[in-house]
Amino acid sequence: MKNGSIRRIALALAAPFAAVVFATIASSIFLLIAGSNPFTAYGDMFEYGSRLEIQVDILNRATPLYISGVAAAIGFRMNLFNIGVEGQYRLAAIVAAYVGASVSLPGVLHVGLILVVAMLVGGAYSGVAGVLKVTRGVNEVISTIMLNAIAISGLIAWLVREWQAGGSVDATTSNLGVGTEPIDESGLIPNINSWLEVFTREIGKGKELTGVILVAIVVGILYHILINRTRFGFDLRATGINPFAARAGGVSDKKMVLGAMVLSGVVAGLVGMAEIAKLGRFNPNFVGGLGFAGIAVALLGRNHPGGIAIGALLFAFLDTASGVLQVTGSASREIVFIMQGIILLAAVIAYEVVQRFRIREEARLASALLEGDAQ
Amino acid sequence: MILKQIRRLPTWARWASFATLGILVLTLVQELGQNETNHLTAMTTSQTALKWSIPILLAGLGGLFAERAGIINIGLEGMMILGTWFGAWGAFNYGPYSGILIGIIGGAIGGLIHAIATVGFGVDHIISGVAINILGPFAARFLSSEIFTGYQGGSVTQSPRVESVDKFTMPFLAGGYDTPNFLKWLGDKDIPILSDTGNIFRGVLTQTSWATIIALLLVPLSAWLLWRTRFGLRVRISGEDPWAGESQGVNIYRYKFIAVMISGGLAGFGGAFITIEMSSIYQEGGTTGRGFIGLAALIFGNWRPGGILAAALLFGYPYALQFGDFDGFASHALLLVNAIALFGVTIWAIRKSKHADAVIAFVLATLSAVWYFIADTVPDWWVKILPYVIVIVVLIFFAQRLRMPAANGQIYRRGQT
Repeated sequence: MKNGSIRRIALALAAPFAAVVFATIASSIFLLIAGSNPFTAYGDMFEYGSRLEIQVDILNRATPLYISGVAAAIGFRMNLFNIGVEGQYRLAAIVAAYVGASVSLPGVLHVGLILVVAMLVGGAYSGVAGVLKVTRGVNEVISTIMLNAIAISGLIAWLVREWQAGGSVDATTSNLGVGTEPIDESGLIPNINSWLEVFTREIGKGKELTGVILVAIVVGILYHILINRTRFGFDLRATGINPFAARAGGVSDKKMVLGAMVLSGVVAGLVGMAEIAKLGRFNPNFVGGLGFAGIAVALLGRNHPGGIAIGALLFAFLDTASGVLQVTGSASREIVFIMQGIILLAAVIAYEVVQRFRIREEARLASALLEGDAQ
Repeated sequence: MILKQIRRLPTWARWASFATLGILVLTLVQELGQNETNHLTAMTTSQTALKWSIPILLAGLGGLFAERAGIINIGLEGMMILGTWFGAWGAFNYGPYSGILIGIIGGAIGGLIHAIATVGFGVDHIISGVAINILGPFAARFLSSEIFTGYQGGSVTQSPRVESVDKFTMPFLAGGYDTPNFLKWLGDKDIPILSDTGNIFRGVLTQTSWATIIALLLVPLSAWLLWRTRFGLRVRISGEDPWAGESQGVNIYRYKFIAVMISGGLAGFGGAFITIEMSSIYQEGGTTGRGFIGLAALIFGNWRPGGILAAALLFGYPYALQFGDFDGFASHALLLVNAIALFGVTIWAIRKSKHADAVIAFVLATLSAVWYFIADTVPDWWVKILPYVIVIVVLIFFAQRLRMPAANGQIYRRGQT
């Protein structure tokens, strides 16, 4: 039995490992074609990534990626594809920043209010796609993409002008200014440099480790409990594995779709919080692309809370450490995009291959046992 | 009664009568509406609308080939992005026609990856598609940083300007090749309905790019290929019942592979069209979700080429209204058009005794009409989101009504029944 579990873990790790190795080799080929030395480039990245300040940057980047990954994974667990995290988190961020700036409350309450508003907005917006799917059979991939476009090119572009600090701006001006009114200090999640400095030296260069990382950890733990320890999580997984069996078992698939969609949006609402805590407001250049990166991270981590964390750290490392390539000139920093893309695709294929291998293995084992019984 | 008459007509005449009905509504709204606008049936509007429809049409046709072969292609957007990049690169170095061809190849590479993952390895179609949608922009960003940054006027996010393909203006009807311009004459007469129709056709027939014409010819060509050839029959059996096809000795894998590559190629064409014909430049994020709108067109078009064309024109129209509608009057007038259309859907739903549809259509129609009558104009953000809202509203009514290929989205492995 012991042997079997080691084998299982090895199999589970084989796929992502193969994907990373494959992606490294493929990226090296791209680098060689582009006329750069892959070893120097990777060496530079690892050297850079080993500095404490850069590790803080990596964690800061991994935090929203992780939350975004969990948001996507909640849907993926039941084959529900919430591609709308992108629109949900940005809409949630601007509304939360606006509400946060217009009240003054003592610390914990203020932070709590901002988080709750963000979660509500995210959940409500993804809920639209859920309702459309449940009541009208509208494919959630298309509807969430359309809702992304509506949120980003319509609602947010409008709100950022309407809620401009110092009065709304006319549609015709191109100057979008600084963004929404600043949030009071009490509403901003503080950095937790001191916590990290217990284990390490002092963090220099004005780098701050975002306190939202604690929110991300809580989200991860709750996600684990929800999926593995609750009725809802069981139904969710059952619907994902075999919707017909789940329905026969009394699971209302409509309720599950709606529930998973809303929950996914609720988590998505938190994605922008690290940025809000850093900026103290929503500004026109608010960080984008975290929703799509989160999908990649969720696929990479096989929707597993720990796997998503590894995926988020890997992508954050690539994003952050690539900055050094620009400085040393050993390669173009965009190489990490091709690496991320190949890692994702290779991982998706490798998981399928391993999964198929595992099923065949189990079938062989079962038939061997049956033959043993017959004799 | 009129509807019954229409239903008895042959297909082309039925489409023509629907189109006439549409023009009639547009004209009436313009003539009798609150605001003075002629933008709804202006020549420039129909010209722009046709142009904006083409990428959606090509993405939709791309989806058609893949889904007729049973492979869901959510990755159309990513393949389209590859098409925009390769189209720009090809057009910059070898001219616009080669640019389109290279864009098609770029999209087909995306299709090949999707085929390898879904057909070769049996990966879930949507997961593979989502991965390609993420890979596409990443690859384009990397390629730009390697290649476009070395060009004058290029950068990580954009290419230098590229040329468009030649234009065609219909002789006699629209005055091409120094012939008389009949439709201009008709449009200038200012006869209700007739002049509006003339203007609409004049826009479509004036300065039409050959790329547009080729794209439109792909509609009958796809229909012929899929429904009138042995190849098409085998593609469709791969999507309806691959196991039955297998038992007849059809190499299902091969047809799925070819179909998904054609699918990627068409999406790549759409992307190259955006670069070469619309923006004259590759821009990061230039596809703005039109690959997904193509999928919506595929659904609304009931997995048929003609339906996809109609859907693409419908989805392209609100984009065209954005241009030149500086006072928002035309988009405001469109509210009334939408209301009329939705009241039409209400009546249709009542006749088919679909009560939920009827209630939703009636509520939306009333909202649209009320908004039209209480406001003089619409805010600019509404103009921006209108194309996407229309896609969602259309899907609300048609997502469940239509039939997709029976084995669409199922993972087929040879030798398993």
